[in-house]
Amino acid sequence: MWFFLVSDAFTFSSLIIAYGTLRHRFADIWPDANEVFHHFPFVDAHVPLAYVGLMTFILIMSSVTMVLAVEAGQRRDNKAVAKWMLWTILGGLIFLGSQAWEWYHFIVGTEHGRVLADGTVIHGANLIVNEYGESPLFADFFFFITGFHGFHVFSGVVINFIIYLKVVNGDYLKRGHYEQVEKAGLYWHFVDLVWVFVFTFFYLV
Amino acid sequence: MSDQHHEKKGYYTGDIHNEFIEEHHDPSAKKRIWKTFWILLTVTLFEVGIAFTSIPHNILLIIFITLTLVKAGYIVYIFMHLMHEKKIFQMAILVPFVLIIYLIAISLYEGSVLDVFWLTY
Repeated sequence: MWFFLVSDAFTFSSLIIAYGTLRHRFADIWPDANEVFHHFPFVDAHVPLAYVGLMTFILIMSSVTMVLAVEAGQRRDNKAVAKWMLWTILGGLIFLGSQAWEWYHFIVGTEHGRVLADGTVIHGANLIVNEYGESPLFADFFFFITGFHGFHVFSGVVINFIIYLKVVNGDYLKRGHYEQVEKAGLYWHFVDLVWVFVFTFFYLV
Repeated sequence: MSDQHHEKKGYYTGDIHNEFIEEHHDPSAKKRIWKTFWILLTVTLFEVGIAFTSIPHNILLIIFITLTLVKAGYIVYIFMHLMHEKKIFQMAILVPFVLIIYLIAISLYEGSVLDVFWLTY
């Protein structure tokens, strides 16, 4: 598991470094992320970083519940493992929902959009144009890197769910140890780890 | 001490290696988990907080990258239990990332030098 994670970390590193290189090259026309991501559900306010901060909190929280599940597994407390696994799955699902919401707002964009010299108006973003800046690269990298991470979260939730079913079924209790839970935990923490970097390089900087 | 003659508690992995894993009961484990959580949360809030101050961008960048690496360290060492692994294994996991530093260096250099070839985006 560890060596798979190292190779996956290299993939993410390459993506983020490619992003960094091109952002560095086009720094003058790169949009300010705070001007792009400033929505918050149910509130009509300009609150940059608030929502993505909340998403980070949710993912860190689900990492905590995962590590508590692993800890309960070391004590062979089957009930506690099942409980913490369920919280972890819930955290993952909330995170995925938040990301879908974020993508939706990014793609639909604002009402005023961006007006080009010839009068056409661009709303939101796709892979070719976006209203946030002259370069399509910003949206391309956003879609690709957060999408790739989101897919990791999705597969993590699926893996956690399978493990959860096996815990409820008593499989690990019969086997005598909870190593599978620890392995799924490693993957889940890795997903959290990648998000820490995505958060910094996409939203903070 | 009669305890020393008792069999150690643990389990066999049951796979091809059938390795014996000692059970480690660590009463402070839960406390450490929650402490790490508070550290991660505080650092994140701090990052969000200073993002809106008038600190020069270059200094902010250095602060953010340092704090990100601090958070990554806590996740890998505490949550992923890397600190419980053997030293040589820790090295096998961490040392390859030296290559990433090299990649960052050459990529940033490319990004600032190869303007002539990248006239379009």
